[in-house]
Amino acid sequence: MNVALFIPCYIDQFYPQVAIATLQLLEKFGCKVSYPLKQTCCGQPMANSGFEHLSTACNELFVENFSGYDYIVSPSGSCTLHIKEHLHTARHTQAEEQIRTQVYELTEFLVDVLKVQTLQAKFPYKVGMHQSCHGQRGLHLSQMTELNAAPFSKPGSLLNMVEGLELVTLDRPDECCGFGGTFCVTEEAVSAKMGKDRVADHVTHKADYITAADMSCLMHLEGILKRQKSATKIIHIAEILNAG
Amino acid sequence: MSHTKNTIAHADAAAVFNKDEARVNWHDKTLWFIREKRDKISHSIDEWEQLREYASQIKNNVLSNLSEYLQQFEANAITNGITVHWAADAAEHNAIVHRILKQHNIDRMVKSKSMLTEECGLNEYLEASGIEVIDTDLGERIVQLAAEPPSHIVLPCIHKKKEEIGELFHEHLGTEKGASDPEYLTAAARQHLRETFLTRRAALTGVNFAVAETGEFVVCTNEGNADMGAHLADVHIACMGIEKIIPQQQHLSVFLRLLARSATGQPITTYSSHFKKPQPQQQMHIVLVDNGRSIHLGKEDFRNALKCIRCGACMNTCPVYRRSGGHSYHNAVAGPIGSILTPNMDMKKNADLPFASTLCGSCTNVCPVKIDIHDQLYKWRQVIVQEGYAPTAKKASMNVMGWVLSSPKIYDMAGKAARWTLRNTPFVVNNKLNPWFKEREMPAAPKQSFKEWYKTNRKIHE
Ligand code: SF4
Repeated sequence: MNVALFIPCYIDQFYPQVAIATLQLLEKFGCKVSYPLKQTCCGQPMANSGFEHLSTACNELFVENFSGYDYIVSPSGSCTLHIKEHLHTARHTQAEEQIRTQVYELTEFLVDVLKVQTLQAKFPYKVGMHQSCHGQRGLHLSQMTELNAAPFSKPGSLLNMVEGLELVTLDRPDECCGFGGTFCVTEEAVSAKMGKDRVADHVTHKADYITAADMSCLMHLEGILKRQKSATKIIHIAEILNAG
Repeated sequence: MSHTKNTIAHADAAAVFNKDEARVNWHDKTLWFIREKRDKISHSIDEWEQLREYASQIKNNVLSNLSEYLQQFEANAITNGITVHWAADAAEHNAIVHRILKQHNIDRMVKSKSMLTEECGLNEYLEASGIEVIDTDLGERIVQLAAEPPSHIVLPCIHKKKEEIGELFHEHLGTEKGASDPEYLTAAARQHLRETFLTRRAALTGVNFAVAETGEFVVCTNEGNADMGAHLADVHIACMGIEKIIPQQQHLSVFLRLLARSATGQPITTYSSHFKKPQPQQQMHIVLVDNGRSIHLGKEDFRNALKCIRCGACMNTCPVYRRSGGHSYHNAVAGPIGSILTPNMDMKKNADLPFASTLCGSCTNVCPVKIDIHDQLYKWRQVIVQEGYAPTAKKASMNVMGWVLSSPKIYDMAGKAARWTLRNTPFVVNNKLNPWFKEREMPAAPKQSFKEWYKTNRKIHE
């Protein structure tokens, strides 16, 4: 199957190891992966700030880059959700509609499409799973505590296949980390406080690593961990699933 | 909201609130405790999600047929002996209440909980006209004594610690100095309110549900203060927003089950009082208030915010509300629901509120009537920017961003430059002017982007 790799701009620039792990992981499962070189971003930073109208050119570029594949896979729940819900252009109606249904976040692709049952990965650490809101409540990667509904977790089920990995239980398993795109600077005080509280939950429960299916949350949490000179580190779920 | 003359933007008020981190922790935990109670009790009812769906559909039906239900309600209420008034806006609402009181030569009134009268600024209006209003809901009374607006629609004084309430009561009600035992304070408040109840001839109550088919209305309280006031007074005035209508009495079986569980995690409010007709020798008035609601109803993307039953669950769950406090929303109704209701009333003044969210979506999923709150926040952002209420600096940076991200070449160059800056001249970004850096380190900047790595490590197909 032909898979196009969609790497969010900040992962491309700041966390290339996450993109590499995603690529290698998909290749391990026999996917023919291409990375369209002219990609930039999904347009979410503008749209979430109320400037959706400025993201038209960005959306057109996205459609140009990602048409003609079987699937589009991204190591970001948030960017995936944005494409699913908001990829609209004036011209490419058919193509963009198709893209909206073909785009998958990495863990849901592994679970729902590739139907992964076992993994070769090894990661002998205590890991706290941070549920990114867009992945969880938007893409339903796992059940949310708000609903009276049967629990499940796609990223959680994958982590449970990793040798040596111990998932820690959190006091608030799905509270937002406070990143929120431009919110992280426009509402600096609340954003930082939310991040500190999220980090504290993981640290209290002795997590060696905080992982997530979204690097943006992790970038924010990493900023706080580093400022606190904490021993707890962040790692994207692709890196764990590709480890060992 | 008349309490706040000069509006401070949410982010600025929140920054002040966050100066006292211990207090933020306390506020967050207090409200999270209620969210957990709500989870526990809602998860113990198998048909919970089905109930939410019913409630949502009933309310959708109401909004689609609002004028008919209102007229049906009016006709039935009149038959029951209730006097019905219509108010187009807050000013007319206040004037109607004032007129009724004047007709009866009443200058002192008790009032149970009503967010609508907060929205209309009734207390200040009446006080300016020489009429004394005593709030009888304990939480409302506390904020009234403190001369503050409520910070939460269900728990008006949730921002106050019991020691502060003790101080307030010592000053106003003569309780012992330093006493903060909640039981002692509640008893003192009860005593004080009892005298008030006995001497007031008019009582104003809110309305939780008004039933079109019977012309009755239902008021839910935990303290029984609405009943006490209404039963002892010669004149009972009930004020309601026009969206509070439900079609039939049987629909209460859905809403009453949802309301208290969502609000406080209780199976039902202690008192769910049905008012249908005045007692002999009593007058009963109902004021139906629009105040922007029909304009709201006309906005397709936003109309279903009018389904709200004011349970407060979206506030208790909101991670931003818990860490910024109700007053930072500078309106009678704070939190997520306030942020999607108030831009309709005054977009300029409330342009900050839809941005006071991470769009995490928790609110939408606790809401008992399934309002798509976080999607509406997103949509309000688009409207606010289109209407020109975005700060100029933001507009400029967004234009640049749109330009960079639409051109792969410029994007590559900009990314490289940004990483170079972070590696070689970190002081350019690691300083006071960068809000990120205040409490967070910047990410490390690798030499190579993924794209650069990919070009050297994989065969390029293009
Ligand atoms: S929006 Fe929903 S959750 Fe919030 S107060 Fe209204 S009914 Fe309750």
